[in-house]
Amino acid sequence: MDLRYTDDEIAFRDEVRGFLRDTVPDDIRRRMVDGEHVGKDDMVRWTRLLNDRGWAVPHWPERYGGTGWDPMKQYIFLEELQKHPAPSPLPFGVNMVGPVIYTFGSDAQKARFLPRIANLDDWWCQGFSEPGAGSDLASLKTRAVREGDHYVVNGQKTWTTLAQYADWIFCLVRTDPQAKKQEGISFLLIDMTTPGIEVRPIVTIDGGREINEVFLTDVRVPTENLVGEENRGWDYAKFLLGNERTNIARVGMSKQRVARIRELAAKEMSGGRPLLEDQRFLEKLTAIEIDLKALEMTQLRVVAADAKRGSTGRPDPASSILKIKGSEIQQATTRLLMEVMGPYAMPYAQAAEAGWNEPPVGPDYAAHAAPAYFNTRKVSIYGGSNEIQKNIIAKAVLGL
Amino acid sequence: MDFDLSEEQSILKDSLDRLLGDKYGFEERNRILKSDTGWSAEMWRQYAEMGLMALPFAEADGGLGGGAVDMMIVMEALGRVLALEPYFATVVLGGGFLRLGGTAEQRAALAPAVAAGETKLAFGHTERQSRYDLHHVETTARPDGAGWLLDGAKSVVLDGDSADHVFVTARTAGGPREAAGIGVFLVDAAAEGVSRRGYRMQDGRRAAELALDAVRVGPEAVYGAPEEGLALVGAVVDRAIAALCAEAVGVMGAMHAETVDYLKMRKQFGVPIGAFQVLQHQAVDMYVATEQARSITHYATMMAEDDDAEARARAMHAAKAEIGRAGRQVGEAAIQLHGGVGMTEDYAVGHRFKRMTMIDLTFGDGEHHLRTLAGKGGLAA
Repeated sequence: MDLRYTDDEIAFRDEVRGFLRDTVPDDIRRRMVDGEHVGKDDMVRWTRLLNDRGWAVPHWPERYGGTGWDPMKQYIFLEELQKHPAPSPLPFGVNMVGPVIYTFGSDAQKARFLPRIANLDDWWCQGFSEPGAGSDLASLKTRAVREGDHYVVNGQKTWTTLAQYADWIFCLVRTDPQAKKQEGISFLLIDMTTPGIEVRPIVTIDGGREINEVFLTDVRVPTENLVGEENRGWDYAKFLLGNERTNIARVGMSKQRVARIRELAAKEMSGGRPLLEDQRFLEKLTAIEIDLKALEMTQLRVVAADAKRGSTGRPDPASSILKIKGSEIQQATTRLLMEVMGPYAMPYAQAAEAGWNEPPVGPDYAAHAAPAYFNTRKVSIYGGSNEIQKNIIAKAVLGL
Repeated sequence: MDFDLSEEQSILKDSLDRLLGDKYGFEERNRILKSDTGWSAEMWRQYAEMGLMALPFAEADGGLGGGAVDMMIVMEALGRVLALEPYFATVVLGGGFLRLGGTAEQRAALAPAVAAGETKLAFGHTERQSRYDLHHVETTARPDGAGWLLDGAKSVVLDGDSADHVFVTARTAGGPREAAGIGVFLVDAAAEGVSRRGYRMQDGRRAAELALDAVRVGPEAVYGAPEEGLALVGAVVDRAIAALCAEAVGVMGAMHAETVDYLKMRKQFGVPIGAFQVLQHQAVDMYVATEQARSITHYATMMAEDDDAEARARAMHAAKAEIGRAGRQVGEAAIQLHGGVGMTEDYAVGHRFKRMTMIDLTFGDGEHHLRTLAGKGGLAA
């Protein structure tokens, strides 16, 4: 047991830091620090800079553009991105559909889609959840009926993140309504420009336009866009959701937020002194830091275990801890950041809306605090709600 | 970074687990608990035979040269069975002063006997008004020829009733709460002027009140600089906190496993109560807290030998705070999920809960360490 980074790991971390210092555009970094949303153009610009360096899809097999880094280096890379901060690779292509395609897809699908994911030539979105299929995802109803060399798809997807930017959507669809609910599902890749697809925004409580409803009406999808075998989609979805949990702790992001809280609490006054000198405030911040340090070590234990076991694509069920604690800490940091702003967390910033050019009310860093707090409520809901994670641990780890 | 045990560490863990598994069942522990001494001389002998007492000492001092990870392994194993022997006081605390503060002569005089299990040690630091502050020392040490004259009293000295020698802090200069002017002295428990009153603590472990009335010690009794001993105390106590955290993880892991077993076994409404989701989620919360405690203990273990005293101290504040919080959560939930039987002396879970509670109160509870770390500006400040 040696609980320190090796010299090689430290050298790698420094290499990543140097790259980020030299490469991340200042305006993107500033938007990340201020808690603003990073738009499509920024994401594309940044992803191509990463791809030029060969780091856009680090965990993929090398023959598809991966780096060959071990899990510890992959973790260090992501943590450094989050701490800098710079945007993490867009998950829908890089972490979700990409691995499904290179694991279960045809050679033609691999050749067609994988390079375009790495360069963000194609923006992907995820068509899993439906109005009646949330935590009980397998009860989804979107129907695909085979007609010759096409599937005809009808149904509705929801909570579709950034579908407004998407070129493609990967969908779970029901191809055999007679089968047991997990056994009649297929995994389809659908071009968003196909006639019959309509995207409607869902405005979230923070005023954000991240998520959407996607309506599919008689959408004709070539059968060549079926991944793997018909009616095996649930297996691919489980594989995908397993990958989703590996980076869900967001330790680097929370570290960056803690540093930001410290920085701004030194500027904001309370009782005539900087808030950062208030013992009660410091105790709350410190409690978060301690929890985060423990989570970091838990994350490293999971990463080290993954490295030992070899990447099976099947995360340790213990990684559900990462989801639960990671989301709780993210929520605690945004709550505390809002507390730092005091009354200046109240004004609604309309700067993002067209035609608004008034100066901000109060300090310019205050405007996004409350929306970030509101928005972060989602992290204990998405990716399998924390209650679902507890069910997973109860069953898979505790045997209850 | 590597979380796997080395071959030697695996052997240590396996052989200790085997010994404790054979000899330290709940019934046997109860018998030991109710004995006159409150711990087992026979187990003590077996620990020594296995090399547990020699573990942290350098090979030159008759030891095995073990590090913080080895100590973590031992303390977690002892925590799992609620071992009652004065290992922590003798090897972690007393051994810590010997290793980190002892000159070659001082180590040669005592370390071999400690490593062989022949001599037991303790550390007296608490005073009536000190609470958890190691720098609050009113016991005095006045120069007396080449040696010193000690006067004062030490309270709740862990395993102080069975110790042959006790390390104590005493003030050589300055006011009662000054960091400077504190010395560390080794006192023979049988020396003239030393009186002690042994007693049982809530968890069955032993402690003593120690009175020092004009106790004369020679120059060889001083460990470290007589006016600058607090740094040595900090170094020893930081390592002790890492070890206590490991013991706590052993206690928590056992409480959690036992609770999950109980949920599978106990039937109500015709089903095992573990079938109820509300209880499952409580068991998961215990699991998450236990694993987070294990993680912070790894961190404390990693930092225990760090040369940067300030960074090391911050890590221990963080770890002890987390252990205090997690330990209480896991312990209280373990009792709750056991229902009425969790309240009885006949079930192990209550004993574990009591030990966990005492660990929190040893060298500063979670609130104390959170407050202290916050006062320093936090973990990363």
